[in-house]
Amino acid sequence: MADLRSDFLGIKSPNPFWLASAPPTDREVNVVRAFKAGWGGVVWKTLGEDPPVVNVNGPRYGAVHSADRRLIGFNNIELISDRPLDINLREIKQLKRNWPDRAMVVSLMVPCEEAAWKRILPLVEETGADGIELNFGCPHGMSERGMGSAVGQVPEYVEMVARWCKANTRMPVIVKLTPNITDIRHPARAANTGGADAVSLINTVNSIVSVDLDRMAPNPHTDGKGTHGGYCGPAVKPMALNMVAEIARDPATRGLPISGIGGVTTWRDAAEFMALGASNVQVCTAAMTYGFRIIEELTSGLNSWMEEKGYQRVADMVGAAIPNVTDWRYLNLNYVVKARIDQDLCIQCGRCHIVCEDTSHQAITATKDGKRHFEVIDAECVGCNLCVSVCPVEDCITMEALTEGVDPRTGRPIDPSYANWTTHPNNPQAAE
Amino acid sequence: MADGSGGGAAGGNAGGMAAGIATGRLGEADYRRNFGDITPPLTRHEALVEADRCYFCYDAPCLQACPTSIDIPLFIRQIATENVSGAARTILSQNIFGGMCARDCPTETLCEQACVRNLAEDKPVEIGRLQRFATDHLLARGEQPFEREAASGKRVAVVGGGPAGLACAHRLALHGHAVTVFEAREKLGGLNEYGIAAYKVAGGAAQREVDFVLSIGGIETRCNMALGRDITLAELRRDHDAVFLGMGLAGVNALEQEGEELPGVIDAVDYIAKLRQAQDLSSLPVGRRVVVIGGGMTAIDIAVQSKRLGAEDVTVVYRRGKDAMKASEYEQELAQINGVKIKHWGLPHRILAEGQRVTGVEFRYGRIGAGGRLEAGEESFTLEADVVFKAIGQSFVPAALGEALEALELSGGRLAVDEERRTSLAGVWAGGDCVADGQDLTVAAVADGKRAADSIHAFLTKA
Repeated sequence: MADLRSDFLGIKSPNPFWLASAPPTDREVNVVRAFKAGWGGVVWKTLGEDPPVVNVNGPRYGAVHSADRRLIGFNNIELISDRPLDINLREIKQLKRNWPDRAMVVSLMVPCEEAAWKRILPLVEETGADGIELNFGCPHGMSERGMGSAVGQVPEYVEMVARWCKANTRMPVIVKLTPNITDIRHPARAANTGGADAVSLINTVNSIVSVDLDRMAPNPHTDGKGTHGGYCGPAVKPMALNMVAEIARDPATRGLPISGIGGVTTWRDAAEFMALGASNVQVCTAAMTYGFRIIEELTSGLNSWMEEKGYQRVADMVGAAIPNVTDWRYLNLNYVVKARIDQDLCIQCGRCHIVCEDTSHQAITATKDGKRHFEVIDAECVGCNLCVSVCPVEDCITMEALTEGVDPRTGRPIDPSYANWTTHPNNPQAAE
Repeated sequence: MADGSGGGAAGGNAGGMAAGIATGRLGEADYRRNFGDITPPLTRHEALVEADRCYFCYDAPCLQACPTSIDIPLFIRQIATENVSGAARTILSQNIFGGMCARDCPTETLCEQACVRNLAEDKPVEIGRLQRFATDHLLARGEQPFEREAASGKRVAVVGGGPAGLACAHRLALHGHAVTVFEAREKLGGLNEYGIAAYKVAGGAAQREVDFVLSIGGIETRCNMALGRDITLAELRRDHDAVFLGMGLAGVNALEQEGEELPGVIDAVDYIAKLRQAQDLSSLPVGRRVVVIGGGMTAIDIAVQSKRLGAEDVTVVYRRGKDAMKASEYEQELAQINGVKIKHWGLPHRILAEGQRVTGVEFRYGRIGAGGRLEAGEESFTLEADVVFKAIGQSFVPAALGEALEALELSGGRLAVDEERRTSLAGVWAGGDCVADGQDLTVAAVADGKRAADSIHAFLTKA
């Protein structure tokens, strides 16, 4: 058995899977169910000042489905907790007492005034919660009131509030970042400068999931009108991975602990976030799609993989892929690959041919000796990977690196040495 | 997708397992179930999921395998994007009988056999069911997606109101020609109306489709008009600018055995036609023990339908081995799921009877003798039977062509035609089962009718 125990900023949990601050962590009854199911911890649904906010009575969620209605993307316009603060605090305190081994982090969102933060922090501290997460991410509703992503989009505000919190509580401070920004490194640096103990990301992405073409209104609608929501679920994972990696490899924030969020659905997703530098992950949409029992697959899958790979503790593999994330300009331009089609696996759909023919480099045949046959023409293949991407059969088309001889496309000999754009003769700024 | 509910469930009914030949062997609910849709229509969700399985192949093998060249990847993509009317238009523009072909095409040997999914996972995209989903949608709306061109002033006679004739008529009408269809039977539709197994075309699908085809306009129909009896080819040629012959096969092959004339020895195609036209299935006489002689689709159809009408034992006996059977693998399995027994290498030797009552059939075991010819062996077996169905093929009856026959070339006993479905007689085209080298399939008949119509149109409009 691999050791799945997690220690994030001194906050211990039996596994690195926390439920993200969201509807699943809104109330005691849900969180008890989550803990019973085996979740390592929760970030409690964001608390604000009394009087509590109100939610719409129309639909809060929208979705993007695959053809068989598998949920690919998810969208919400729910606001922060709409229950009185004292009820939330009482439940948090009770839960932490009853489940001392689970992580209990409380998400907070109050106006950008130090007094407001000073008021709420001691109340949270009193519950015995393990830490706080500053919600600088929600892009809908609250942002119109100067909170949520309206703060996260201004690095100076991020730094300021982080500093206030660090000055007014002993609890670890996690800053949750919004992806609705040009360069994620700026708010991350600001959080770091403000003294935050960690960042968590990503919050949801501004989105309209679809348009009702009969009603001519966004889906879902509230009495005929719709507003943008926050997008999450499997669809946002690639964006989240990139942002996590950007922060992890930024010299200004290197070593700043990261809690990875964004479409984590399976153990593999979690392992990928961790490989790119997240110490733990937070999950919401997957739980809201399948229920809490997915934690069994998450822990079992992560354990099996870690055992197979010889990782004894979670920390052993955190950040393992970061050294291999680099800038384009450092990619090896001498590395030459050609697509290879395994004729035994090929099912003859011809999609590799037509996409290459129509949209790429005319490098795959359609016939050979008058018969349907798909084969790569090395003299045309640039190794772009489009055919691999569209092939319906896994591993039928692979990319093979040329290690010797001549690249038939360029006529140039394969050079085993490394050379990148920074020294390339075509680069006007090339270093001598 | 056989539901396997055929046969059985006879208990408690008056006819039940009555000996000999009896009517009303089943209850009303049994008939409804046994002769309802054998393959249920896809629901919207099922169609979307199934459509998503299509890879939208380049130069798709399924399209190549379709005798009518329906753009299958395109229509499936249209279903996937919920453009179902568009999907139906794609289908019907190539095959106006797309609805019927979706039901009775042996897709397992055509488009679905070619599907690349077979290589990936042995489970092709259910093209036939998707095609039905799209065409049902359009026909239910009562839309005629095509518009006739301006009247050309040309007149074309079509003999035979089956799939070949009506497909030809529709396409000619589309081009603005005035078409008259002469049908020997009471109703149009040909084998779709009189021949296809009832559970494949439940709910009046055949007539609904005929109405749809005719709704293009410009097609006059004259039923109960048989060539050689009520009209002659010479008259048709005289009164029209072109003639299309699509009269199918009127003859039934004979066993040439003693006892063939007994009332219990029945032509399968005749019985199926009666079954298809029956208002009340319980009125059909059904043997308790049924023997079917033959190995093609008709043999399977009559066997399964007999079982579903309440026959206790139904055995199909084919003179050669399994591989030589014309019935597809799917059809053979369908028969077996329905409790039909299939025996091979049985050559009918003698019909057994007591007076006028059939009691069984004696078969000789067949074998391939010297020179590769099928011959009867010494050993024999006997099957008890109340009814013996002959399903050993149909034949073209050239006599209907009258004097014109002299100028019409035949091949293998059927009309010889060229690539464009022209006969050897000027101004006369032919297609469907009555022409040589036909596949005896609805879809092939439609392809013939379409091809002939294009050729006729070119002929009528040439400068």
